[in-house]
Amino acid sequence: MRFLLRRLGFYLIAFWACITLNFFLPRLMPGDPVSRMFAQVQTQMRPDQIAALRQLFGLTNKPLWQQYLDYIGNIFRGNMGISLSRFPTPVSSVISSEIGWTLLLGATSLIIAVVLGNLLGIIAAWRRGKFLDSVFPPLLVFVGSFPYFWLAMAALYLFGIVLGWFPLNHAFTDGVEPSFSFSYVADVANHLVLPALTIVLVSIGGWMLGMRNTMIATTAEDYITMARAKGLRSGRIMFHYAARNAMLPSITAFGMSLGFVVGGALLTETVFAYPGIGYQLLNSVQALDYPLTQGIFLTITTAVLAANFLVDIIYVRLDPRVRVS
Amino acid sequence: MSTILQGGPHAGPRAASNPVLSIKDLRVSYTTGLGTVNAVDGVSLDIGAGEIFGLAGESGCGKSTIANAVMRLLQAPAKITAGSIDLNQCNVLTLSDEELRRTRWRDMSMVFQSAMNAMNPVMTIGEQIMDVFTTHEKMPKKEARERAAHLLSLVDIKADRLKSYPHQLSGGMRQRVVIAIALALNPSLLIMDEPTTALDVVVQRDIMAQIKELQQSLGFSVLFITHDISLMVELSHRMAVMYAGRLVEVAPSNVLLDDPLHPYTTALMNAFPPLSGPRTELLGLPDAPPTSAGRPSGCSFHPRCPLAMDACRIQDPVLRPAAENHDAACLLVPEFVVPPERLAQ
Ligand SMILES: Nc1ncnc2c1ncn2[C@@H]1O[C@H](COP(=O)(O)OP(=O)(O)OP(=O)(O)O)[C@@H](O)[C@H]1O
Ligand SMILES: [Mg+2]
Repeated sequence: MRFLLRRLGFYLIAFWACITLNFFLPRLMPGDPVSRMFAQVQTQMRPDQIAALRQLFGLTNKPLWQQYLDYIGNIFRGNMGISLSRFPTPVSSVISSEIGWTLLLGATSLIIAVVLGNLLGIIAAWRRGKFLDSVFPPLLVFVGSFPYFWLAMAALYLFGIVLGWFPLNHAFTDGVEPSFSFSYVADVANHLVLPALTIVLVSIGGWMLGMRNTMIATTAEDYITMARAKGLRSGRIMFHYAARNAMLPSITAFGMSLGFVVGGALLTETVFAYPGIGYQLLNSVQALDYPLTQGIFLTITTAVLAANFLVDIIYVRLDPRVRVS
Repeated sequence: MSTILQGGPHAGPRAASNPVLSIKDLRVSYTTGLGTVNAVDGVSLDIGAGEIFGLAGESGCGKSTIANAVMRLLQAPAKITAGSIDLNQCNVLTLSDEELRRTRWRDMSMVFQSAMNAMNPVMTIGEQIMDVFTTHEKMPKKEARERAAHLLSLVDIKADRLKSYPHQLSGGMRQRVVIAIALALNPSLLIMDEPTTALDVVVQRDIMAQIKELQQSLGFSVLFITHDISLMVELSHRMAVMYAGRLVEVAPSNVLLDDPLHPYTTALMNAFPPLSGPRTELLGLPDAPPTSAGRPSGCSFHPRCPLAMDACRIQDPVLRPAAENHDAACLLVPEFVVPPERLAQ
């Protein structure tokens, strides 16, 4: 418990450091940050509108500390400013309209890749040199080394156009009204298959190899030899003794990836015209939409920190040793 | 039958006629990029029921290799090239995987050289004891927990420790838990491969005393491996001294202590003062034991032997009777011939 509280404290400090940085960065830019930020839309805005925006951003002539407090207050109320490229939509609505799809695609493909990859790694290491171990790692590395773009296009061409099994783009059929009906969920799932499949294909090899290697190192441990000497069944040794220990580094890597899911999958979103944060981020950077860029980065940071905290919680459950250290 | 073979379990260099463990001409080699090491090179030994048999020798002489061969835990690059290992009259080397799995721990169990790391760090002590019962005896969880608690009480550990993880125990406790696990199914043979080397001397003596007590009440046989000869003499009934993959002397422990015949045994004894703690250099023995570089001609010990003669460089001594209850492999030791009047009996 003490361990978790300490970690939580650490993440809060990191979070605070991150928003502070976010606050100072535009102010450290030479010249008037507001004019810079609004350079694009300035022409369409009346001076009083600009003043109101300055007010909203806290970029007023108030003393710096007051601006800082205002800024933090805004962040905690979920107010991250107005998107410039999609003026006058608030940044928070831009993000929240996309994040659901990003989470759906990212989390689904990550979880499938992690579970399947680790399972393959466990079995490959356990039956070292056998079929699975000699065929899968090279195959998956081969697939994973294709340029993602090419692979995604190929999948789209084969399964979408030639075979026609899956839809070509978007997260659900155009014109369908989102609802909690079975047909809508099935439609969304159907649209999810190809984008998720391509992500799983390119990432699963890494998970498998990572798990396989730690697992091989773990099987050399004395407690595995002892478990074998105890006459336990192979399955129990493999999962309870070897994999339980070999899994620990994988959990950390999973936490990292989970956090970055929020950043979206730009290439996937592009190829499959799938809605998501990745495209928004690219867009905002190209359009010099500072508020949106900052808002997305802040969201990513928060997600990474939260995911890491989640991993800490899981880790404590899985590894009794960290409970004391 | 000769009188030597008729003695009680602890009477002679050979065990009683129905040994619990019988190893015959065991040969194990490791083949690596550096060449082939014959780590065990024709070892035969018998361990009788209820007997504590000690196996002593320098580091690298092949003690653990024998232990792992008996448990059939050897993995590549190790290879058993010849010999047989009979446990209760049943050849361990020809068992199928499933038969082997059932035999392990029920008939023979082992306390590992590195017992400190022998427990799974992410499972409680209790789970690691209980899975022996649930696997081998199909026992319900609750009963297994009771048996586990009882087992811990045998080694003076409180039952509430069942919920502890290995890292929460001291080294001595961990070692006692490992011993308790080894006794879970009342095996007929317990192999202990340097079970106490990582512990301080006081704890070491404590644990050894406890093992002797348990052995007397439960009656299992022990193959006890160490390079601490003084500890071994105290504990074991009979012992063998091993050098470069071979047994060079076998005798009841007190006989070996009072009257060592092989120069290597003498050197090994001198190397260990009675209360030895950390490993010390073998006094008066230059160089190291032969390794992959190959075995010297003649007696493998001759390059380091203070008493080596010309013949030792040429002739390879075999293990043979040197006295009524004493075997040695040394050209300096005359072969013991059973007196004809005894043979006539
Ligand atoms: N995995 C291995 N690969 C190659 N050679 C090995 C391997 N394990 C052991 N050997 C060789 O086999 C010989 C015997 O090793 P073994 O572990 O049986 O010695 P030991 O008597 O138990 O020594 P110690 O007292 O240090 O435990 C050694 O000379 C070693 O070089
Ligand atoms: Mg050893």
